[in-house]
Amino acid sequence: MAAQKFAYLSRGPIWCRRSTTQRRKEITVTATKLPPIPGTTPFDGEQAKKGYALNKMCFSFNSAECRAEFLCDEEAYMKKYSLNEDQAAGIRARDVLGLIRAGGNAYYLAKFAGILGLNMQDIGALQTGMTVEQFKAKLAAYA
Amino acid sequence: MARIVGMLTTSHVPAIGGAIAKSLQQDAYWKPFFDGFLPVRKWLDEVKPDVAVVLYNDHGLNFFLDKMPTFAVGAAREYHNADEGWGIPTLAPTRGEIDLSWHLINHLVERDFDITTCQEMLVDHAFTIPLKLFWPQSPCPIPAVPVCINTVQFPLPSAKRCYALGEVVGDAIRNWDTDKKVVVIGTGGLSHQLDGERAGFINKDFDLKFMDSMIDDPKWATQFSIHELVEKTGTQGVELVMWLAARAAVKGKVRKVHSNYHIPISNTASGLMALEALE
Repeated sequence: MAAQKFAYLSRGPIWCRRSTTQRRKEITVTATKLPPIPGTTPFDGEQAKKGYALNKMCFSFNSAECRAEFLCDEEAYMKKYSLNEDQAAGIRARDVLGLIRAGGNAYYLAKFAGILGLNMQDIGALQTGMTVEQFKAKLAAYA
Repeated sequence: MARIVGMLTTSHVPAIGGAIAKSLQQDAYWKPFFDGFLPVRKWLDEVKPDVAVVLYNDHGLNFFLDKMPTFAVGAAREYHNADEGWGIPTLAPTRGEIDLSWHLINHLVERDFDITTCQEMLVDHAFTIPLKLFWPQSPCPIPAVPVCINTVQFPLPSAKRCYALGEVVGDAIRNWDTDKKVVVIGTGGLSHQLDGERAGFINKDFDLKFMDSMIDDPKWATQFSIHELVEKTGTQGVELVMWLAARAAVKGKVRKVHSNYHIPISNTASGLMALEALE
């Protein structure tokens, strides 16, 4: 999984590609260096490719007119940005973790959350299965 | 030649903008955070910098994923804030210092940093809020040059590379033919994570060690890869690379003017440091 995920790191222009054996060795080394971090999805090239339409839609929410247009007809707005089914389902269900799986980036998703009137503690609670009060208590406990 | 008077670093959580707009500085939740800035403002009143160079990261206001520069330098006469989509007030424009912009650009490229130059550049809360915290008057009384580091889309530049960028920024400022005093600002961090099941992650031990290292051992955090920093400080905790770059610009010995660390502001462990350059 990890090896696949970071495979793009070893690619290069055709004229400088090395043999498959050399590449495999390098991937293994890279993969060992990058153990998964539980509950964390680094927004890498894979995510950026997968989530482009979703993030582009959320980026448009910088504009008040676009926010109003989205709220007026969510389905039409998602269609306009060509969201795929996973992304559209995540938007409909306000499912933050689902949207991250579908390629959403935290900063663009925050603009979607803003439309819904949710702040970062609300979003944190949604993602961790806590109430907002529990999530705030978790943060305060680090002090 | 220009002189670097010191370095300021602070968190830039958007909610701070909301708190300023609602005048909540003395509210129990916000007071421990805002009070940290009082001794720093006093120092700024004494040293009176003429220009600020601000190392920050854009969060999807000026840059989208269609074009994502690793390092970008502003070269505008004025920098405008704009609607970021989540309701924090838009702050007044900040004047640029275009001679310094081009001086930095020329120097950085000459020293092998292939930066993007921006003659138009919207600046988001990561640029505007720190300036507002250090200079509460509106607009910001001194001009500034934004230097943006990508922390949105991986691969991010390494801590080591950001430190090296800061060193060159510092050299360029010291080589700027003027008698102006420059303060270097790094914004972001400290530990926090907004996304995923690990949202709400904070690492106080690491943050305190990092803040200590800024004084006498500024390269300490450059030993970590970005992946290790995400693991230790959270997905957005990697914003500490802006602190590293700012510290690298100052070079040499520093005197701690003031520091403050407070948990939590929104989902973030907030940090503040003011270091005076001694060399």
